[in-house]
Amino acid sequence: MEKKIRVLVAKVGLDGHDRGAKVLARFLRDSGFEVIYTGLHRTPQEVAMAAVDEDVDVIGISLHSGAHLALVPKVIRYIREYGGNPDEMLILVGGVIPTDDIGELKKMGVDEVFIPGTPISQIVEFIKTELPKKRMKNES
Amino acid sequence: MRVDELVEGILSGNRRALARAITYVENEYPESKEIMKKIFANTGRAQIVGLTGFPGVGKSTLVSKLTEEFRRRGKKVGIIAIDPGSPFTGGALLGDRLRLDGMDSRKPLWTDPGVFFRSMSSRGRAGGLAAKTGDVVRLLDAFGFDVILVETVGAGQSEVDIIEVADTSVVVMMPETGDEIQVNKAGILEIGDVYVVNKADLGGAEKVERWLKYMLSLDEESVQMLSQMTHADEARVASGEFFERRKGWTPPVIKTVADKGEGIAELADAIEKHFDYMKNTGLIEKRRKERIKRELFEIVTGDILKLVKERTNYRDVINSLLKNELDPYTAAGKIVEEVLCSAKKG
Repeated sequence: MEKKIRVLVAKVGLDGHDRGAKVLARFLRDSGFEVIYTGLHRTPQEVAMAAVDEDVDVIGISLHSGAHLALVPKVIRYIREYGGNPDEMLILVGGVIPTDDIGELKKMGVDEVFIPGTPISQIVEFIKTELPKKRMKNES
Repeated sequence: MRVDELVEGILSGNRRALARAITYVENEYPESKEIMKKIFANTGRAQIVGLTGFPGVGKSTLVSKLTEEFRRRGKKVGIIAIDPGSPFTGGALLGDRLRLDGMDSRKPLWTDPGVFFRSMSSRGRAGGLAAKTGDVVRLLDAFGFDVILVETVGAGQSEVDIIEVADTSVVVMMPETGDEIQVNKAGILEIGDVYVVNKADLGGAEKVERWLKYMLSLDEESVQMLSQMTHADEARVASGEFFERRKGWTPPVIKTVADKGEGIAELADAIEKHFDYMKNTGLIEKRRKERIKRELFEIVTGDILKLVKERTNYRDVINSLLKNELDPYTAAGKIVEEVLCSAKKG
C-alpha cells in the first residue's frame, strides 16, 4: 500500500485563532493527506509528543501570538527529547510572522514559513516536493 | 529503524519504536510481517475493548473518560481511534485526539506515560475498522498495555467488524435515536456485550434504556412466549426482570453523561466484569479461536491469490471469460489446479 503522508496541524501557546488551522486541515485532507489536528492551546511538549506518537511526516505549526521565536525551537527540541527525529519531518510554520523573523526560524530548523495570503495549494505543493528531498537527505 | 531495533524497542517500552512499527504495519511495508512474527509470542494479555455507535453519540468523550478511569485503577491504556478516509482523495481528518483533554487543568491524556493514542484512517474500508487494526492492537498488546480501547469510525447500522477484534464490544447509543424497532434490528445493535445510553441528561434516555433492556431480555424461548403475552406481562418485560432464564451474560445497559463523568465508573466496572466472565467461562478462548481462524484463512487466501497472480495465466483466463468461452466456475477450477500443480513442482 502506498504510504500516506501524515500531517500534524498544531496550535501552540495562548492564541485562540484556529480558523486558519482548520481551513488548512480541511484543504490538506482534500489533497489526500491524513491530517491530525491537536486542538487549541497546546504546549510545545504536547505537540512534540503527538508528532512522535502519530509518527507524522509533516508538522504545521500555526501561530498568531507573536511567540513563534520562543515556541517553535521548543517544539523541535522536544521532538528530539521524546525520541523523534525532526530531520525526518518537514517542519512548517504558518500565521502572522514578521518577514524579518523568517530567516531566524529557518536557522532554527523550520523548512518553510507561510504568511497570510499564501495560496494553500502552494503549501501542498511544497510538502509533495520537499518531503521526499528531505527524507533522502536524511538517509544519505 | 531496523526490524530488530523496532521489536526490541516495543518490548522494552520505547514509544517511538511502537509509533514507527504502527506506521510500517499500517502501510504494509515488507518489514511489517517480520515485526508481527517476532512480537506474536508477547501478545494475548490485554483486554481489547471496542467502542462503536453512530456518529455523534459521544464515543470519543467516553474513550477519554474511560481512559481516566482505567488509569485511576492502575491500568495502562492504549487507544486506537479510527476515522473515515475520503473515498475521493484518500485523505482523512483524524480528529479524535483533541477530545482527549484530561481533567487536570486540561492537560491532554496522551501526555500521560501510561497512555498511548494513535489515530488511524479507515482508508476506504467499510465496517468501521482500518484493514490493519488487528495487527496494531497486537503491537499495543506486546508493548504492555492492560486495556486497549478501539474506537470505530462511527458510521452506521452494519458497522460490526469490531467483534472480530474486541474481547468486549461496547455499543453506544443516545436518546432520540429511533424506536423499539431500531433496537430489534440486526447489525450493530445486536453485537454489544455492554450497552451505553450516553447523553442520558437529554430527555428520553429512559425510553432507550427500556427498549434496549427489552431487546436484550428476549432469547429464543421468550420470543415464543411473547405471542401469548398479556399487557401486564409487557411491563415486567420492559423492566428486564421477566426472563430470568437467559443463561450466562446478559449485557448490561448503562446510562452515562460522558462529558460530566457520570456513569463512567459503572461502565468501567461492567467492562472489567465482562472480561472476568469471559475468562471464567472459557468464552474468551472460544472468541479468540474464532478470530485467529478467520485471520489465518485471510492470510492464506491472500498468499494463494498472490501465487495465482505470479504463477498462472490468469490474464488469458479473464479474456476467455470475456469472450464467453469459459464460465467463472470452470475458470476458477482451472486456476486452482494450475496453482496446486505449480506449488507441487516447487
